[in-house]
Amino acid sequence: MTPENNLTGQATTPRKIEHFVADLEETPLQVTDKVKEDQAPSSLWGEAWKNLRKQPLFIISAIMILAVVVVSLFPGLFSPIDPSAEACQLSNSNGGPVSGHPLGFNKQGCDVYARVIFGTRSSVTVGLFTTIGVVIFGGTVGALAGYYGGWADALLARLTDIFFALPLILGAIVLMQLPVFRANRTVWTLILILVTFGWPQIARITRGAVIEVRNADFVMAARSLGVSRFRSLLRHVLPNSLAPIIVVATISLGTFIVAESTLSFLGIGLPPSVMSWGNDIQAAQASLRSNPMPLLYPAIALSITVLSFIMLGDALRDALDPKARKR
Amino acid sequence: MKGEAMNSSVHIKEEVAGSERPLLEIKNLAINFATSNGEVNAVRNAHLTVMPGETVAIVGESGSGKSTSALAAIGLLPGNGRVAGGEILFDGEDIAHASEKRMIELRGNSIGMVPQDPMSNLNPVWKIGFQVKETLKANGLPSGPDDVAKVLAEAGLPDAARRAKQYPHEFSGGMRQRALIAIGLSCQPRLLIADEPTSALDVTVQRQILDHLDKMTTELGTAVLLITHDLGLAAERADKVVVMYKGQVVESGPSLELLRNPRHPYTQRLVASAPSLASRRIQVAKEQGIESEDLLAPTEPVVVEKALPEEVLRVEDLTKVFKLRGGIGKTTDFTAVDAVSFAVKRGTTTAIVGESGSGKSTVAQMVLNLLEPTSGKIIFDGVDTSTLNNRDLFKFRRRVQPIFQDPYGSLDPMYNIFRTIEEPLRTHKIGTKASREKKVRELLDQVALPQSTMRRYPNELSGGQRQRIAIARALALDPEVIICDEAVSALDVLVQAQVLNLLADLQDNLGLTYLFITHDLAVVRQIADHVCVMQKGKLVETGSTDDVFDNPREAYTRALLDAIPGGSLLLPPEVA
Amino acid sequence: MTTYILKRFLQLIPVFLGATLLVYFLVFSLPGDPIAALFGDKPVNEAVAAKLRAQYNLDQPFIVQYLLYLKSIFTFDLGQDFSGRPIAAVLGEVFPVTARLAIMALIFEAVFGIAFGLVAGLRKGKLFDGTVLIASLIVIGIPIFVLGFLLQFFIGVQLGWAKPTVSAAATVQDLILPAIVLGLASFAYVLRLTRTSVIENMNADYVRTATAKGLSRFRVINVHILRNSLIPVITFLGADLGALMGGAIVTEGIFNVPGVGNRLYRAVLSGEGPTVVSIVTVLVLVYCVSNLIVDLLYAWLDPRIRYDS
Repeated sequence: MTPENNLTGQATTPRKIEHFVADLEETPLQVTDKVKEDQAPSSLWGEAWKNLRKQPLFIISAIMILAVVVVSLFPGLFSPIDPSAEACQLSNSNGGPVSGHPLGFNKQGCDVYARVIFGTRSSVTVGLFTTIGVVIFGGTVGALAGYYGGWADALLARLTDIFFALPLILGAIVLMQLPVFRANRTVWTLILILVTFGWPQIARITRGAVIEVRNADFVMAARSLGVSRFRSLLRHVLPNSLAPIIVVATISLGTFIVAESTLSFLGIGLPPSVMSWGNDIQAAQASLRSNPMPLLYPAIALSITVLSFIMLGDALRDALDPKARKR
Repeated sequence: MKGEAMNSSVHIKEEVAGSERPLLEIKNLAINFATSNGEVNAVRNAHLTVMPGETVAIVGESGSGKSTSALAAIGLLPGNGRVAGGEILFDGEDIAHASEKRMIELRGNSIGMVPQDPMSNLNPVWKIGFQVKETLKANGLPSGPDDVAKVLAEAGLPDAARRAKQYPHEFSGGMRQRALIAIGLSCQPRLLIADEPTSALDVTVQRQILDHLDKMTTELGTAVLLITHDLGLAAERADKVVVMYKGQVVESGPSLELLRNPRHPYTQRLVASAPSLASRRIQVAKEQGIESEDLLAPTEPVVVEKALPEEVLRVEDLTKVFKLRGGIGKTTDFTAVDAVSFAVKRGTTTAIVGESGSGKSTVAQMVLNLLEPTSGKIIFDGVDTSTLNNRDLFKFRRRVQPIFQDPYGSLDPMYNIFRTIEEPLRTHKIGTKASREKKVRELLDQVALPQSTMRRYPNELSGGQRQRIAIARALALDPEVIICDEAVSALDVLVQAQVLNLLADLQDNLGLTYLFITHDLAVVRQIADHVCVMQKGKLVETGSTDDVFDNPREAYTRALLDAIPGGSLLLPPEVA
Repeated sequence: MTTYILKRFLQLIPVFLGATLLVYFLVFSLPGDPIAALFGDKPVNEAVAAKLRAQYNLDQPFIVQYLLYLKSIFTFDLGQDFSGRPIAAVLGEVFPVTARLAIMALIFEAVFGIAFGLVAGLRKGKLFDGTVLIASLIVIGIPIFVLGFLLQFFIGVQLGWAKPTVSAAATVQDLILPAIVLGLASFAYVLRLTRTSVIENMNADYVRTATAKGLSRFRVINVHILRNSLIPVITFLGADLGALMGGAIVTEGIFNVPGVGNRLYRAVLSGEGPTVVSIVTVLVLVYCVSNLIVDLLYAWLDPRIRYDS
């Protein structure tokens, strides 16, 4: 390693190298690997929550969602006016705002504001229960396929692919036009149909998450303790796969609300007797040019609701980012 | 002020050589990182000097600032890092705050870099030849296919012209690293920064590549700034060693001098704990006829009169064949473990050593009954484990427990420490809630962690602490045998020494038997009584540690032994 | 590489069969008589009903119906819709229109989505990035029919820059506004996907190595960062083509585009089972083919896939 002079081939005089030692006071030796005991214990969820609380995206969306939920549960608190068909007076048709009716009237003479308030419930119900349905069904399919692999996976993955080939709106349209469903259009049949075509996405996400987690050492450690395969899935794999599922479920909630209003807009969603934003938009589109308000306000309400769920999903995704979890 | 510091620190003043200008001079360097909690200081008061043609090694554990300091010299600090103070003089010019344009000029033809991980450092979508060519072109050198092939051939890649047309994933790890070295030296820079260039490679490949790198840099007259965590490697390959600890330079000097006469307490600790050095000292001692037990790590060795040990575990002709799916419907057989037989005596430590692909982890999984063998027998305490029914298998699990390699993956992030350690007790329905809590506290004491750790979560603990939790969990069921699958490989040197000491103490106190899987022969020498060497699924050699190390019979074993860094160092048998 | 493509192709066959079987089952086998529904409130004319049933093979067992149906798809003999026109001809008219619409939307979302996403990713945390993120969130959040109406109203009616409804010829110029509406939500996805991909790759080890080699920043961005970031984006775009074609219903409804979605919608409203099934089957076929193209693209972009076994 003595540097030689490459040109002349002679060895140059070896350099003298200083032996330097730093001041011991400036470079104190600490105990190797000491546990920091000053802070309160915090789990990953705890840290994620701490991050989340500070994000404006989360705060705004959480407030909006809370408002929407409260309105859907207690519409009477927000609008003293009865929005049902009986209270509508054709004489008020397409009238502008007057005192007590801040958003004017629609074509049937119904108070727009009241209909927007009371229409909240059907949208939220459809969104919420469809999401619950797809998470339960899609999540189970995806978890079993991802965890057990082999034949189960091949079969369930093909099944998922098949349903994936039929997009949500398309599949829902096909089903809704059937005589059996045309005769019985209720909130619950709509939810059933949306779940039927909406589960593949959650299944795929769950399957991916489970496949990633099942190979972790802590799962092997649990197995070598004697925990059964199935229990390991429940106790160790699933809780660690939740993060992406939660993010997608939140965003899907927004998507399902849109789906319901799209189908209602197309005339094959909720029956006209049920108050919903989609129905109102559909009814108001014919007179869009003369009086855009009856279309605009439900549209705004719809957009705000959907936006808040998507924003929440975004905020959750940032907080639960797996790259932030690993040290 | 620097002058005052010089007066109060221990300083062996020697004449600085003539009027030769240093190629790289780092003075009082301070580097900060912007984090969500404000600015964090990563490096301060760092200083080092590299003369033209000299090889200087920076040694330190993770978080010491060694990589950060070197990366600052080539202007590659991550986005949130900045030089907060001091100077980086390259050939007299301060480049600490140089413009990006100036840095681009310097990179490649004045300062080159060889990074650590060969897989992630090559762009997977471009051919190797393309990636070499663009380097030559960007630095104004001829970049035709012949030039590219020449550069690759000089780095030791056989059949270079053909290889240039391949993609990174078609190369082995060692070949990829050679490609990276080729790229780093292609424009003949005056300074090469080598950031742990071989840490991600197999042991036997490491030595070849480092030898080749030495040869190339000596021929070209390139100065090398070698970053490593292995003190033995640093001393072997560099003229000068700089030791960094928590962002500061604590000691620097000629390599051998530093090893023989470390003055800073941190350096002393490193020298005492580094496995390659400890291994070397034992070897030297052997050559000089001194007993090896006195030379192991700093704690008092406990010499226990062990009773004549009987066999607790025996493996006979163990084989595992995996079926890999090839094209459509085609399957190929891959023999991961090929007729391996060995025995483990109670109360001892048997090490299984091998490089990647040797099958050692597969053996561990079969012994733990997590994987079914294709053929062969595993006999535990006289009973063939394949004959166990479910109930007995459940009871068997209490007697054999694992500790895995990745401390960040072996603890469930959702469970707090109490639940993690309690889980084995709950699964086997041992004791009451109160007695289990008492046991958890006892276990935490045994692994030298404060009892308050119980309420914490894995994400709050360091790698070494998590491994100790894994040990506590493994001990919960009072097992007889513990399988350590690369249990200390992912830990820093000092932490590794701590954990190895803990394992040794536990073995003495509890009469445990260890099956220690590792790729690091130096560690094996420190802790194992018996060694099994595996290569590509086969058991190549087996015997007591002394036998295998002093008189290796097989060529492969000899190659593994030669690959331990620091093998040629002239170390004294005793530590100062 | 051929084994890879062959494998993917073989995997798509059960998907195609399964999806079409599912649709056929849903339309023809659930309770309720599709023929009776045709007559609406009027009493059922048995002779006509019998003729229709024979025409659509509805008196055969289900599996036979399905197989006969598959045969008819591959011989392009799809029967007639309820107004007597051959379905194949109808499809021949409407699919090109929707294809034009979908391709235009795809070009719009690809060009603008990638460009904006790249800049946003490179300047993460700065003003452009923040603005673009919020804007994309709004675009994704507002349902397509609301956006469609808004744009139709403001750009079509108020400002008069484009025709509010599309003519029967559905020229490319007519379709500009509908294409933008159709592609808006996907544009936002492409933008975010590109941005995330760029951010991830910017911090990759090989980008640092590329910089260490002395390459100019321009080259590092184009040759290394962008090239790798595009892989997930292009695969998304490939899959989106099928989704756009299948999901144009609302857009076509708002702008009165004479395409697949519109025709399907009319068929749904009037209960024309056979037409619905035919259209959905072709859409599923488009989906399968675009998936295969995506797989090909993916293999071309990422060499690791080509040689992986």
